[in-house]
Amino acid sequence: MLIQIKNIRIVDPTCKIDKVGDIFIENGKIVDKLSDKPEKIIDGKNKVAVPGLIDVHSHLREPGQEEKETIKTGTMAAAKGGITTVFCMPNTKPVTDNAPSVEYILMKAQKEGKVNVFPIGCITKGSQGEELAEIGILKKAGIVAVSDDGVPVANSQVMRRALDYTKMFDLAVISHCEDKQLSKNGVMNAGKNSMIFGLRGIPNQSEEIMVSRDIMLCELTGGKLHIAHVSTAGSVELVRQAKKKGLNVTCETCPHYFSLTDDYVQNYDTNFKMNPPLRTHKDVEAIKEGLKDGTIDCIATDHAPHTQEEKSKEFDNAPFGIIGFETALCLVLSELVDKKVLTFEQAIAKMTTNPAKIFSLDGRGTLKPGSIADITIIDLDQKYEFKKEDILSKSKNSPFIGRKFKGCAVMTIVGGKIVWTLKDGIIN
Amino acid sequence: MSFNRKDLLGLEHLDKKEIQTIIDAAKPFKNMFTRSIKKAPALIGKTVVTLFCEPSTRTRTSFEIAAKRLSADVVSIAPKTSSFVKGESLVDTAKTLEAMKADIIIIRHTCAGAPELLAKNLNASIVNAGDGFHEHPTQGLLDLYTMYDKKKKIEGLKVLLVGDILHSRVARSNIWALTKFGAKVRVVGPPTLIPKRISELGVEVYYDLDEAIKDVDVVNILRIQMERQQGGFFPSIHEYNELYQVTEKRLAKAKPDVLIMHPGPMNRGIEIDSEVADSPASVINEQVTNGIAVRMAVLHLLALARNKQGRKHTC
Ligand SMILES: [Zn+2]
Repeated sequence: MLIQIKNIRIVDPTCKIDKVGDIFIENGKIVDKLSDKPEKIIDGKNKVAVPGLIDVHSHLREPGQEEKETIKTGTMAAAKGGITTVFCMPNTKPVTDNAPSVEYILMKAQKEGKVNVFPIGCITKGSQGEELAEIGILKKAGIVAVSDDGVPVANSQVMRRALDYTKMFDLAVISHCEDKQLSKNGVMNAGKNSMIFGLRGIPNQSEEIMVSRDIMLCELTGGKLHIAHVSTAGSVELVRQAKKKGLNVTCETCPHYFSLTDDYVQNYDTNFKMNPPLRTHKDVEAIKEGLKDGTIDCIATDHAPHTQEEKSKEFDNAPFGIIGFETALCLVLSELVDKKVLTFEQAIAKMTTNPAKIFSLDGRGTLKPGSIADITIIDLDQKYEFKKEDILSKSKNSPFIGRKFKGCAVMTIVGGKIVWTLKDGIIN
Repeated sequence: MSFNRKDLLGLEHLDKKEIQTIIDAAKPFKNMFTRSIKKAPALIGKTVVTLFCEPSTRTRTSFEIAAKRLSADVVSIAPKTSSFVKGESLVDTAKTLEAMKADIIIIRHTCAGAPELLAKNLNASIVNAGDGFHEHPTQGLLDLYTMYDKKKKIEGLKVLLVGDILHSRVARSNIWALTKFGAKVRVVGPPTLIPKRISELGVEVYYDLDEAIKDVDVVNILRIQMERQQGGFFPSIHEYNELYQVTEKRLAKAKPDVLIMHPGPMNRGIEIDSEVADSPASVINEQVTNGIAVRMAVLHLLALARNKQGRKHTC
């Protein structure tokens, strides 16, 4: 299909472009000009085209927990959020520590997925933290990174080997940083609120001790370390210092860590329970500072769907995690761009260019001619209320239900195909 | 009358007036106990359910007596032993109770926030009989009532809470109630059992019992759970006794008319010396009696508030 997007503001952080012009799509690629008359013309007036958003941290739950989410519903939700590529964490049932599991996810995504799905493989067999998974074979099968997300690799020797071994594949090791002894039984941030609610707390240090250890192991091995879901001021500072030293460290944060604090955990609402937990105002400010000065490279969702039944348990017994695909861009625009923490271009870079670079995604995260036509079209003036009944994800566990936003995706194009528009929804 | 709540979940959000209303309402009930017929008709035709997801014979019995003395129909459910609710989620269990037209559900649960979860999902009135480390409002109220009864005034009283503050819902409910009435609250215990931010609730923190006990009007001794030692919060019961057991010798530093309180059940010879428990200063048994009166007051006020609400809905 030959597509022309006319008169659109084009923002591409890879080549520092911000201009009004036309985008041409042919054979799923972005081209300089079309070989024939366009079959479809999209009016881009008052809209912005950016490279398709890349979410490097999500849980699609398939295989094994299809009651929470499937590759089909998860990628529908992603498309609605303007996300064209999702990385899915390997803590499925069974875990993605073997080639057939990777192939299964890719096959399912091919058949039913609305956006690109890139699996992440386990660091260790069964994510048990003891022996390395067959990372070379997993890489051949199509993984883009390794992680035991959900749990840390507690044993420092094993983590050291992982960072060392993955160098030959140029794969990043994504680390869920948590000292499980320090956070034991904790369900929210350790602070005044946890004391009043009588809930066990998770101190910032349970994250920071592991961030610190992993940075040291990164220095020891020269491996490629990516720190998942940074939530504390201390972690931001540790990564900042590591980068100053020139270490091969990158990191991500999630929209909730710059939009919410533990003051929002009211009435034991389990939609505010996630791991790491919501922290304090001071941490939120430090996260914003880290985004601003480039310490934090990526914004990822940590999309973690859970059923209504699971989330309506006691706070102690409900699972950690919230969905994030459908609100991430809106939150970035309202909390970071509108509040002048980041420029629009800087914000977009953290969801496109930077992840593409860190995880070596050739031909993505850019609008350069020759690249894959993954494009997100945004209307910065579009008013959007996030309503429960409109959620496309199979699960509805979001703390942002009822929020009103200005600015959201209005069209998502994956590989040159329009997969979703605000007006028509998912396009089959 | 200033009590219009559907539920009693904790003392944090009650104002002084509401607490005073409960205390005042408890008094006539206590007087009733000396009469030969200890029964009032206030809850006739009402169904009160006790749902104790954490075992506690003391508190459950106290609530049951309170409800029965108000002529309510009382049903007790203990999920751990009852096949009625085995394997069912808390909300599902509670919905079943609601379908059986329970008017008031009294819940004890190991998880903080469990009563609030019920309150959000049900029309029945919920009474928190202790949730995790969060609150135990009727214990806080009966402690306040007992101090009020003995000292006539709470304002300016120096009250010391001894022991495991971190894991204590009794401590939290006491602190909320006492600080609202202008008492000077002190807490003492090993730093591992005192929450870091507790002073922000307006209490003074001590680690040395001999220092903390000086000139206090009330010593409220919290029960120490044996499993805290396994949790590594202190090295041994022996050392705990050495540092934090309330003894006659230590009590000599308090005011001469000091009151000794304990929410029970006591570990004699551990957090409290046996002599102290049986001394004239001890009001531990009176606390038990007052507990029934205060719980009657709570049930009665909730039932009145329900009736008012009910009328509002029909017109
Ligand atoms: Zn994680």
